[in-house]
Amino acid sequence: MLIGSLLVASFAIFGALYLAPGSALAALSGGRALPPASVAILDQRYHLNAPFFVQYWYWLDNALHGNLGISITLRENVSTLIGSRIWTTAGLVLYASVIICVIGIGLGVIAGLRPGWLDTSALVTTAVTAAIPAFVASIVLILLFAVKLGWFPALAAGTGGGFAGDLRTFTLPAIALALSSLAIVARVTRAAIREESDREHVQTAISRGIPPRQVIQRHILRNAAIPITTVSAITVASLTAVSAVVETAFSMNGLGAYLVQAAQSKDLAVVQGISLVLVAAFVLVNLFADLLYAVLDPRVKLGAKAS
Amino acid sequence: MTTLSFTKTSRFTKAPARLGKAGTAAAVVVAIAVFAAIFGPWLAPGNPDLPDLQIAWVGPAAGHLLGFDFEGRDVLSRLLAGAQSAMLGPLAVVVLAMAGGTAFALISAWRRGATDAVISSGMDVLFAFPGILLAVLAATVFGAGLVAAAVALSIAYLPYVARVLRAAALKERNQPYVQALEVQGASVPRICLTHILPNMSRMIVAQATVLFGYAMVDLAAISFLGLGVQPPAANWGVMISENEPGILQGYPLPALAAAACVVFVVIAVNVLGERLLEGEGHR
Repeated sequence: MLIGSLLVASFAIFGALYLAPGSALAALSGGRALPPASVAILDQRYHLNAPFFVQYWYWLDNALHGNLGISITLRENVSTLIGSRIWTTAGLVLYASVIICVIGIGLGVIAGLRPGWLDTSALVTTAVTAAIPAFVASIVLILLFAVKLGWFPALAAGTGGGFAGDLRTFTLPAIALALSSLAIVARVTRAAIREESDREHVQTAISRGIPPRQVIQRHILRNAAIPITTVSAITVASLTAVSAVVETAFSMNGLGAYLVQAAQSKDLAVVQGISLVLVAAFVLVNLFADLLYAVLDPRVKLGAKAS
Repeated sequence: MTTLSFTKTSRFTKAPARLGKAGTAAAVVVAIAVFAAIFGPWLAPGNPDLPDLQIAWVGPAAGHLLGFDFEGRDVLSRLLAGAQSAMLGPLAVVVLAMAGGTAFALISAWRRGATDAVISSGMDVLFAFPGILLAVLAATVFGAGLVAAAVALSIAYLPYVARVLRAAALKERNQPYVQALEVQGASVPRICLTHILPNMSRMIVAQATVLFGYAMVDLAAISFLGLGVQPPAANWGVMISENEPGILQGYPLPALAAAACVVFVVIAVNVLGERLLEGEGHR
């Protein structure tokens, strides 16, 4: 199923860009007129005269062997270009995911277990933050914490300083990326906790005098874990695409920002390569969530759908 | 979370959705945004497209409530002029995604079996393409612009719409009245369009409202990335990106004003959507 959807996705990516106006030859030559001998060499090297499916096959075969073609603007291997940027994006998404899972789920659990002013204020705050897009969060965070307070650098390009320095430069972008997802995760977590707390088996456990700590851990959290995993996986998977916005706002040298530049300069090989990586990341996060379901709920069999 | 108990709804027995205080405030915000989208260009106090570099970044002054942007254009006028593409874009996305999603949902629910399986797995593959990624692909193929971005987003939203509406359509499909109509020999399109669809209408409106908020954020993000509405056209997303340097230079007002417009409208639309979903018996 996973391999299947990845295959269809790769086909869609290749097919869409195959339809792009302008001949591949013009893209490779940069619009210059070439002598027929060079044209013949390019035709042969890139299989430009082969039918669509054959071209797709060559592209897929190369992609599986780590060869994603050559960027026409930078004249370098797309795999190399992706390799030098992927860690920025991976670090950013990972940092944001940690923030979402720790603060989002934590906030949701606390709000769900303790009705009252804390719960109400969490509800109102998350309703507002859920509606704050990443690019708005970015400019507000830059304004407050970089320009006004000077705690963090405004632009994340090459500050150095090892891991501590990276952590400092990545903090504002990660928060900007995490903010709206964090609010959504917190709200779903709260709702799940509330629903489980009201279930009969929980009421029975409480009335039988089982210590609250145990009731919360074994009866409420364990059962609420499934919807929490679902929403966390969906939001974390969607971060890979939104990272383009945050990377652009903070001038970070990541995959997303590069994808946008490549789209503007019509660098097809780069767009194909990065799209493939982002879709693969999306599918992998969902695979991880499916594995987690099986661990959390023994009734869920691998390969079957958890819904 | 879905519950097993759902009430049979007919067009005539529904209680009107209650808005409450927050809902009323949200409705007012949306009404203002719609008004600005329609009449914005006439309401604008200044010319939204006339640059004057001498007054770039100048703050609020008499007759210019929000000051001037990086090229010395009146910010308030640009906000009013930009409301049109900021509201029309999401509207187009919602109409396209809802029409496509509803059609797939009705076909899936009616035919079930293999047709349903094919449509559902097609939607599963589409799930792996986040809206922004699809919009970037569209911009690469068709060139940057609002139309390409809106079409890409409506395709990206299809699986979300189709999945929710398919469940609703299946519920209706299994109702006795549908079987009764079938026995009476009513044609399939007739049953779907004049009986099942109206019974799903509240659900469709609620979904459309929620979707509008998402579309607005994503379209603004795409314009912010330079792949949607192209400057110098006035648009809220474009205004944020073109005035972003002002944040670092100490003139945050133009970018923040545009950002505030997006956030307020999105919050208002979300609140309205939640009220409508509550009316539909969710949560």
